[in-house]
Amino acid sequence: MTVMEQRGAYRPTPPPAWQPRTDPAPLLPDALPYRVLGTDAAADADPALLRRLYAELVRGRRYNTQATALTKQGRLAVYPSSTGQEACEVAAALVLEERDWLFPSYRDTLAAVARGLDPVQALTLLRGDWHTGYDPHEHRVAPLCTPLATQLPHAVGLAHAARLKGDDVVALALVGDGGTSEGDFHEALNFAAVWQAPVVFLVQNNGFAISVPLAKQTAAPSLAHKAVGYGMPGRLVDGNDAAAVHQVLAEAVAHARAGGGPTLVEAVTYRIDAHTNADDATRYRGDAEVETWRAHDPITLLEHELTERGLLDEDGIRAARDAAETMAADLRERMNQDPVLDPMDLFAHVYAEPTPQLREQEALLRAELAAEQEGAHR
Amino acid sequence: MTTVALKPATMAQALTRALRDAMTADPTVHVMGEDVGTLGGVFRVTDGLAKEFGEDRVTDTPLAEAGILGTAVGMAMYGLRPVVEMQFDAFAYPAFEQLISHVARMRNRTRGAMPLPITIRVPYGGGIGGVEHHSDSSEAYYMATPGLHVVTPATVADAYGLLRAAIASDDPVVFLEPKRLYWSKDTWNPEEPQSVEPIGRAVVRRAGRSATLITYGPSVPVCLEAAEAATSEGWDLEVVDLRSLVPFDDETVAASVRRTGRALVVHESGSYGGPGGEIAARVTERCFHHLEAPVLRVAGFDIPYPPPMLERHHLPGVDRILDAVGRLQWEAEN
Repeated sequence: MTVMEQRGAYRPTPPPAWQPRTDPAPLLPDALPYRVLGTDAAADADPALLRRLYAELVRGRRYNTQATALTKQGRLAVYPSSTGQEACEVAAALVLEERDWLFPSYRDTLAAVARGLDPVQALTLLRGDWHTGYDPHEHRVAPLCTPLATQLPHAVGLAHAARLKGDDVVALALVGDGGTSEGDFHEALNFAAVWQAPVVFLVQNNGFAISVPLAKQTAAPSLAHKAVGYGMPGRLVDGNDAAAVHQVLAEAVAHARAGGGPTLVEAVTYRIDAHTNADDATRYRGDAEVETWRAHDPITLLEHELTERGLLDEDGIRAARDAAETMAADLRERMNQDPVLDPMDLFAHVYAEPTPQLREQEALLRAELAAEQEGAHR
Repeated sequence: MTTVALKPATMAQALTRALRDAMTADPTVHVMGEDVGTLGGVFRVTDGLAKEFGEDRVTDTPLAEAGILGTAVGMAMYGLRPVVEMQFDAFAYPAFEQLISHVARMRNRTRGAMPLPITIRVPYGGGIGGVEHHSDSSEAYYMATPGLHVVTPATVADAYGLLRAAIASDDPVVFLEPKRLYWSKDTWNPEEPQSVEPIGRAVVRRAGRSATLITYGPSVPVCLEAAEAATSEGWDLEVVDLRSLVPFDDETVAASVRRTGRALVVHESGSYGGPGGEIAARVTERCFHHLEAPVLRVAGFDIPYPPPMLERHHLPGVDRILDAVGRLQWEAEN
């Protein structure tokens, strides 16, 4: 009897891969961004945490305006402002324990500062006196990453290594909406899920990759949806609601710390300033859109909540602003001093031991500098 | 006098032994890559390691080279010493952004605060009948990237010693394994394997006085064969095995060329923009007044690596080397 003659009676045994899957907890994100401020959930939020978030938001906003001003004075080569996105930056820094690691992107200077980095050291890359102005181990902040999404696999590897060593460490990696199109985003999420690495990915979806809007970046219903294909939960959160971002990240961090594996969090926010001081945002978006987002400002949202509930008064607001001014004045003063650079640093850290070839080039530069010095004295 | 039991061993066995010894000596050494675990690598270089050290230290990763190297960066940041395998030369290209933008620069970027002791094993080169993307010689790309060491063994003993040195290095090392030589046998003492001198020393494989063949990796045995064949012409060729392309051993190379007065660089990768141009320039700068002839190159053609049925026309062979040696103006001496 041929197979054709068996038709109807023929019932092949399904291969093992065809067994019905029993999926774990639903991975799909909510349809709308999760919010806390202005909702019933706000009543459960810790007042001390809200006040701390508020102080950091006010300080962060002032940091952004001060750094932007420094670009106009030529003190910074470039500054990608995170004005409008401070809730994400601050929540990312405050949600982590001291032993945890933060992996920032180039727009995340503020997250590094909120984590405790010296504001001047955090700006070294953008001033141009060196690539990284701080020891990453000191506050467990990886170097600000300029290539897109390439820091994500680093975060996965570090979290994986920590777990192998038996350390209770979580890595939180920041990336923008544009960065989710990069191959490294895919590979990082895939490795993280396969290894169940204790890592949290926070996508700050600020609407534009320089000028390209989200609709031209992805056809996915949301960036949080991308988590599902990797087998990790995706969360969608209002990126201007500091309490909501903090809560969602705290849950993701706790989940990772408990061995539950990675989470992808998409925070929907908006970049109020242009991409950097070198960008003209009027070419790709209208004022009306920006104004809509200004009305949803992270500081206003939190200030409203706190004052409504009697957790903040005029004195408290003034105190936060004064502290921010003090920080800005200090930053201004220190950034107005010319950095002292040693040209011989060019060769100091290429290898543990310079190669013979580098030693020759080092000698050449040393001779040039000596000749310059002699010329100056003549 | 101690007698040493020299036994025939393959380069692949020496590499396996080096990995095992490094992992035994240092618990922070981790091996990772596609197929390195249960299978033991497609060339069996990691054979048995997963069984011996467990999956946490010998990890079959997802099939993604950027992810393999990118996660290795994070592991190195946390104090591990990852040894990653790229399986085949051309498969390493997706990892180039991680290599060039992060691996090579992290020490420099952080002023020495964050060195990355990663060893990147890349089986490279042709001559094994591999189809497209399985035979590239990609050393010029690595050499052109500051912050990387680039080494390649040509003997069983060096395969062991160089790999131990690479893993022990506090800097990233691109460890190019001439896959054509994986099964080449050599007498070697597996009981007392020797480490080599620090990375960066070339070695004279054959002493001679007529001309210097400067070469490395898979072309070393070819040059040694050419040198033997050349004796029938009355030529006594010196063969220098570079072992390390970065750092480059100018001293050993220049000393040899000053002795012989003639130099020929031999490698598989293309000549335009290839390692030979750099080497010829360095030799000329140091030995100009000792040279009896221009420094010549015998290299692969400047073509994408050819299909296997044509590769014998592309790879530098004994005849092409001897023809080039003949062009080193012998009439000046004879």
